[in-house]
Amino acid sequence: MHHETARPLNTPFWTPGVWVMLGFMLCGAGAVLARYIGGIGYVSNLTHARPWGIWIGIDVASGVALAAGGFTTAALAHIFGRHEYEPVVRPALLTAVLGYTFVVLGLMVDIGRTWAIWKPMIFWNFNSVLFEVGMCVMTYLTVLYIEFIPIAAERFGKTIPLLGRLNGLVGKIMGVFIVAGVVLSCMHQSSLGALLLVAPTKLHPLWYTPILPLLFLTSAFAVGYPMVIFETTIVTSSLRLDSEMKLLSRLSRFTVLLLGIYLALKIGDMIFRGTYAYLLDGTTQSNAFLVEVGLGVALPWILLWFPMVRTSRKSLFAVSTLIVFGVLLNRINVFLVGFSSPITHTRYFPAIGEILITAGLIASLMFIYRIVVTYLPVISAGKLEEVRP
Amino acid sequence: MKLDRRGFFKIVGIGASAAVAGAPKTSHAWQSKAPPDPYGCLVDLTRCVGCRKCELACNEVNHLPEPAVRFDDLRVFDKARRPDEKAYTIVNRYHTGKRDDIDRMTPTFVKVQCMHCQDPACVSACIVGALTKKENGAVHYDVNKCIGCRYCMVACPFEIPAYEYLDPWTPKVQKCTFCYERISKAGGKPGCAATCPTEAITFGKRSTLLKMAHRRISENPAKYIDHVYGETEVGGTSWMYVSDVAFETVGFPAVPDKPMPKLSETVQHTFYTYLWSPAVLYAVLAGIMWRQSKKEKEA
Repeated sequence: MHHETARPLNTPFWTPGVWVMLGFMLCGAGAVLARYIGGIGYVSNLTHARPWGIWIGIDVASGVALAAGGFTTAALAHIFGRHEYEPVVRPALLTAVLGYTFVVLGLMVDIGRTWAIWKPMIFWNFNSVLFEVGMCVMTYLTVLYIEFIPIAAERFGKTIPLLGRLNGLVGKIMGVFIVAGVVLSCMHQSSLGALLLVAPTKLHPLWYTPILPLLFLTSAFAVGYPMVIFETTIVTSSLRLDSEMKLLSRLSRFTVLLLGIYLALKIGDMIFRGTYAYLLDGTTQSNAFLVEVGLGVALPWILLWFPMVRTSRKSLFAVSTLIVFGVLLNRINVFLVGFSSPITHTRYFPAIGEILITAGLIASLMFIYRIVVTYLPVISAGKLEEVRP
Repeated sequence: MKLDRRGFFKIVGIGASAAVAGAPKTSHAWQSKAPPDPYGCLVDLTRCVGCRKCELACNEVNHLPEPAVRFDDLRVFDKARRPDEKAYTIVNRYHTGKRDDIDRMTPTFVKVQCMHCQDPACVSACIVGALTKKENGAVHYDVNKCIGCRYCMVACPFEIPAYEYLDPWTPKVQKCTFCYERISKAGGKPGCAATCPTEAITFGKRSTLLKMAHRRISENPAKYIDHVYGETEVGGTSWMYVSDVAFETVGFPAVPDKPMPKLSETVQHTFYTYLWSPAVLYAVLAGIMWRQSKKEKEA
């Protein structure tokens, strides 16, 4: 294994992929402009009965879940002292920083009074699950930026003296922030699941369970490392870097346990509440649940038992993709597919404006990721031509 | 250097004991925050003739925009409507198969508005506490706190709060106010209750209205079904209904008797009172981290 320390990649920036991202960003920007001229109703299909759409289901709920690589790798390498996983911590941290930044940007588009986003800091409602989520996300985003200071300082600490001094200041107490990051993540990852506990008549019984917060937490644990594998594989292939397979296949062993716990809870909960009665009734909800658990949890969990799967780059990528898909679909199911309005039976499908804004936000995230890995020391994987000349 | 099994369990053990010691002793059984003696309204569906005077009065006292269909145009009943940001209350017509003495179909008219729950889901959900349950029974909205997250709309089991989706910067959540200002004054009644010509809407103390409702049912058991909708639904609501047809046939949702916020608030307060569980988790993780780095230094 050829591991260098993390360094700026300095690869050519304007590749065709980057232009595609730029195209999505421009379309998204147009839709955002339309939202602030005509209102949320002008660009979305949101209604009184279906007030939350993909901006909450994908941008916020899924965004938070898929940024779980940040706290799970930090816990592994820095708290449990498994320093051999150090090379994936920085890319995962960057994903988390950007992921959460875009969660907040997505929220700003979604809330009706964008300019009032600071108000939960002054007006507290301790009964509100959303209040807890909001405060945690805000604090965690700050912690993530603090955790990122050393990376920025490594490159620009000398040219920007203030950054260097800041780094010296936080460097001594970084442990405080690392532990805080993990605790804050556990808090809001679970609370995201608690959001719908207040609406028992609206969420389909296949998903409405008192252990919804626990399911959200364990699925966040389970998706953390697969998400790291998923991204690392995409980044290393598109930037022509060493695949870091040895590290990734070792990392995937934890997932056997973590995904297993999630699967057991999910199935146990279904049996305990007797909701398997809905499984084969052929509705959209039942089918979505079957795909979510069968294709997105059970199948990858079984496949992960085979060493052959864990050591092959292609199959490990495929399995990780399935797990990421499973958790993504779970969040979409809980917030959109499984959510109904029992009185008016209003249906919801995202409008083109909503899709453009979501796609634009994701493209912007990838664009900034690309800029950061080009100019800051994030990635450790060796360049292919250096590893295998 | 790995954390060995014994060390790990030692730290977790310390954490667990701390958790037990730290957990609030006054174990928080959920308590209703409902006002003890609120006002309410009793709607008698057998008395409503669908004149829509209540809609008109609501429109006038709340200075709402002119409706698309005039208030005296009865064709509006051809389609079921919902209250929205321009109309806090609406009346719908249902044909349940009920017939009068000379075999004519008799419709049932149902007035719909915010139920002003005793333990409202929206109030519990609101991130900034912009929605509050007042002593007089009204669920009150304070636009100055609202950020527009629409969690109240997600939470409401009656699908009541409506949103000004076409306002790009300062949209408001809109719903029946129970004429909060009017009922705060002595002798004040909500606009709809004050105007109703058939006394289908009775305004008064909730406790009095409940007695009245049960008296009407017991005095005329052949006419009424034995159910006061809103007495126990979602833990009780300030607006209540009596009827001669089953409620589920005229648009009333089946909701649990348990107050909506009970489960989520119980979960929240069990784990977050004094932030004890994050504190314990922090201590355990910090302990593991400290032990690890000590070992590494020794090695």
